[in-house]
Amino acid sequence: MYRATNRLFILLLLLITAACSDPASAPENVNESLVGAGVETALQEPVAGAMASQEISGPVIVYSSRQEHLIKPLFDRFTEETGIEVQYQTGEDGPLIARLQAEGKQTFADVLYTVDAGNLWSAAEKGLLAPIRSVVLEKNIPSHLRDPQNRWFGLSVRARTIAYSTERVDPASLSTYEALADEQWRGRLCLRTSRKVYNMSLVATMIERLGKEATQEIVEGWVDNLATRVFSSDALLIEAIAAGQCDVGLVNTYYLGQLQSENPDIPVALFWANQQSSGVHVNISGAGVTQYAKNPLAAQRLLEWLSTEEPQTMFSALNLEYPANPAIEPVDLVASWGEFRQDSLNVEIAGRLQAEAVMLMDRADYR
Amino acid sequence: MNLMLSGGSWLWRGLALFAAAVVIFPLLIIIAQWATVGTGEQAIWQHLFETKLDRLAVNTLMLVIGVGTGVVCLGVSLAWLTTLCDFPGRRFFEWALMLPLAIPGYVMAFVFLGIMNFSGPVQTFLRNRFGPELWFPDVQGALGVIIILSLVLYPYVYMLARSAFLNQGRNLIDAGRLLGLSRQQAFFKIVIPVARPAIIAGLALALMETLADFGAVSVFNYDTFTTAIYNAWYGLFNLTVAAQLASLLLLFVGVTLILEKQSRRHARYTQDGANRNKSEFQLTGRFALAACVYCSAILFMAFLLPLAQLTAWMLEAGFAEQDDRFLGFLGHTLGLGTIAGMLAVVVAMLLAFVKRLPGSAFTQRISELSIRLATLGYALPGSVLAVGIMLGFTFLDRNLGTLLYGSVFALVIAYCCRFLAVAYAPIDAGLEQVKPTVIDAARSLGATPGRLLRQIYIPLLRPGLITAFTIVFVDVMKEMPATLIMRPFGWDTLAVRIYSMTAEGQWERAALPAVTLIAIGLVPVYLLIRNARGGRHRG
Repeated sequence: MYRATNRLFILLLLLITAACSDPASAPENVNESLVGAGVETALQEPVAGAMASQEISGPVIVYSSRQEHLIKPLFDRFTEETGIEVQYQTGEDGPLIARLQAEGKQTFADVLYTVDAGNLWSAAEKGLLAPIRSVVLEKNIPSHLRDPQNRWFGLSVRARTIAYSTERVDPASLSTYEALADEQWRGRLCLRTSRKVYNMSLVATMIERLGKEATQEIVEGWVDNLATRVFSSDALLIEAIAAGQCDVGLVNTYYLGQLQSENPDIPVALFWANQQSSGVHVNISGAGVTQYAKNPLAAQRLLEWLSTEEPQTMFSALNLEYPANPAIEPVDLVASWGEFRQDSLNVEIAGRLQAEAVMLMDRADYR
Repeated sequence: MNLMLSGGSWLWRGLALFAAAVVIFPLLIIIAQWATVGTGEQAIWQHLFETKLDRLAVNTLMLVIGVGTGVVCLGVSLAWLTTLCDFPGRRFFEWALMLPLAIPGYVMAFVFLGIMNFSGPVQTFLRNRFGPELWFPDVQGALGVIIILSLVLYPYVYMLARSAFLNQGRNLIDAGRLLGLSRQQAFFKIVIPVARPAIIAGLALALMETLADFGAVSVFNYDTFTTAIYNAWYGLFNLTVAAQLASLLLLFVGVTLILEKQSRRHARYTQDGANRNKSEFQLTGRFALAACVYCSAILFMAFLLPLAQLTAWMLEAGFAEQDDRFLGFLGHTLGLGTIAGMLAVVVAMLLAFVKRLPGSAFTQRISELSIRLATLGYALPGSVLAVGIMLGFTFLDRNLGTLLYGSVFALVIAYCCRFLAVAYAPIDAGLEQVKPTVIDAARSLGATPGRLLRQIYIPLLRPGLITAFTIVFVDVMKEMPATLIMRPFGWDTLAVRIYSMTAEGQWERAALPAVTLIAIGLVPVYLLIRNARGGRHRG
């Protein structure tokens, strides 16, 4: 029914304004909220060519650095629900953003989906993402998990906190990320490489809060405390704690989740860092509508849908992450790690200070 | 030179120059990034100089020397054993030893580290047995990376050295022995020097891939020039500096290759080849056993061990989640490998052929230079080259209104840019061994360039052409960065599948596509060897 009216509407519009349908002349890219309502108003007052590009027809095309097995189930559900087809191209963040930039107005992409706020920030800085106004997204996604200018929105939350050996560490001795630079952890700390964006973001937020000098001191303290070379993955790091190579480390929670689902008895547990101060550091996977989207309304519809209950639960189930929508409960295994307070700094800091964080870690010889 | 001949040769030259220009274009785009050095770029360069450029240079150099030594030792010794000696199992080893080519470097690295690191089974067993204070070598360091890359990359040297040794036959050695050389002397003074162009060509490929490697080194967290390139791009969000660093890498490789070429400018390495003696050194007793054990050990570490681990993961993950799309991945992989392999071989053949056409010193220089440049792309980190190619195509699309980007055509061109060096090396090494007198004779009898190509070069080069196709085919199947960014919508391949699973640490689920990839790689490798063997026994 819905699609039938759409088609009829398009046909009418095409007949009336076949000549002046230049999508580039659309009045800025701030689309009106709530797609359904938008369509109805459009039906009542057809304001000629410009509206044609805002009509939902044809597929939404997504460039995604989030991997296929984590997005396809969501997109399939979206298509079932709305009848809007989703096509996607997966790849790495850097090349995808370079591609979006190179394609310019010709781009196929309606949505850019990445696994880190820094990348979204970088794409927004390059003018690749359009601001959207959406009541749904503003309601569902807390303000620290989205761009202050509404060009991108967090959809799932990845928390990075302290993992410790349940055999050799008393959790009472743990407190903050900063305290891992203390003498008592000399030779007992494991870290993943500073080349991984998770650590860049964490250090970026520390720079914002504590300033460069204090942060540098802390990072140097971490490096002094290292039990062994830095690891290339969180999973290897957790296994090293389990095997006794070190006692504490910093990890994204879902990596422990993956190992726990294989081996529930793994002698490693999570400690929620900085609960008395800044809160646990979080990053997001998130998305934005591209500046030159051909199908911006459908794109917005997709983002809005992803912030609602079912897909939010699926995020948690598919990769053991936290829903970005605070009203939605994570799956049991994730919930079993307990509640925690998130760092309320806007995640865009991760992007804005990322380069500074990288250089700081270089100077501290954190590899 | 008669008029007709020179007219024909200009046509060939033009074609070759065009092909080279297409391949060089992305490189120029990357080099052109030097045009923009803003304050941001300056700050990053200053930071690099102050903090780690020296360490990166040392690390990279160590890697190059280590892997270079590793692949030459492994590749040459194995090639020598399987071509010029005979021992039980030789006929199996001669093709099996090429199989590690089909294993992606980062998969190998991950498997190795998983088995050998502190929490892995080997060290855990030793700790339980001998107590927690047991010393174990630092597998995460330079040594580990060097071992991994040597094991993965030695097949380049092995393949090229093999065909050189096969062409040599026993005659030269016999001559040397008659003149009073010992067996060792004959090997080092005759066999190796005569095979040098081929060995160097294989070594160059292995080292270019080492320099471009990001996967294996990042599994080990070993900082190289290439990790710095990615760090500038992904970490500092500065693609310009990344491209600038990458072009320095190109410069380094270019200069090294030219120096090597200079050092053997006046040498000739042609073969008689007519009277191939098929009898080998018959190894017996403990020598035969040693040869057998040595080959088995390498095959075990470089192929069977990673394959076993992958198979174990594959069984663990089960086949439940595989749907009908899997056949699609397989089809795309095979199709792209075949098309790109054939195109790369044709272009490489064209370049190698044109290089040997007679002409003035100037035209020779031009051909040499364009070939040099056209085969440099292999040394670039994949994603960086891919962006260069992508910018090239989007530039064309924007200015000429074409719709190339995102087409299969563009992707195949991208593979050619990346792997032309791989196709060129065996063909060029093969041509080095064709006697110029044969060509001169044909030419003096009035053969046109086209006839020369058809009736002399291609038949003489058959093994080289098949080798070239095989390596490109396997490399294209494994290729990840360019495929990711250039593939048409829905054209996922096995490599893309492997990437998307491993990127999230889901190694078990990556195993099935990885094993499939290896299985497909088996076919051309086996055919290649059978072909080479047939050639020898026919001779």
